[in-house]
Amino acid sequence: MITVEFLGPIKKPVLTMEASTLHDVARVLKEDAQMGQWIESCAVAVNDTLVASLDTVLKDGDKVSLLPPVCGG
Amino acid sequence: MLELHEGALNVPEILTRWYAQESTSNYGAYIPFVGTVRAEDGIEGLSFDVYEPILNSWFDAWVAKVAPLGATLKMAHSQGDVLVHESSYIAAVFSPKRRVALEIIEQFVEDFKASAPIWKYDLINGERIYARERSTAIAGAGILGVKS
Repeated sequence: MITVEFLGPIKKPVLTMEASTLHDVARVLKEDAQMGQWIESCAVAVNDTLVASLDTVLKDGDKVSLLPPVCGG
Repeated sequence: MLELHEGALNVPEILTRWYAQESTSNYGAYIPFVGTVRAEDGIEGLSFDVYEPILNSWFDAWVAKVAPLGATLKMAHSQGDVLVHESSYIAAVFSPKRRVALEIIEQFVEDFKASAPIWKYDLINGERIYARERSTAIAGAGILGVKS
């Protein structure tokens, strides 16, 4: 099992799911109507490191984080 | 050095403390940037969420990037509510010569705005409203929307 957390303004509780790559996470989130407005604009981190490919391999206990558009300062 | 503070920053205290910390480090230049909340569009203030793990690694990467130039960085940011005319952000560069520090402060603040995992909300009638139109997608965002 992996966890998926939603940062900042997304306001969605942590999900747990079976996933072997980020493709599996993408499939689940694309079916979630609440994620429609976020999915195209979020960056993705695995265990707090930003990743660039859905081919990223996930293992048991990994944490996937979704980071919506930012504006510090 | 990266500091997170609950609410508004005590700007004089932070700037003075950082100055004292580096007063014998032989830096010729200390260039701080202070971000202050302006009164506009009827807001009472701003509010911030911060994700510390990735903010820390982003900041550490910048410290490593400027070290070969003989420079160092300090940064302070607020979490939670910061009212109009209070300050939420300080970035500062110390370097042997001013030109290096002037160039770094511009690049650092611009990358901060584009990359640091901090989310801004307008405070209007006591509610937090995500400042979506002023926010920037992090480089590489959108992979979950790619057809697999």
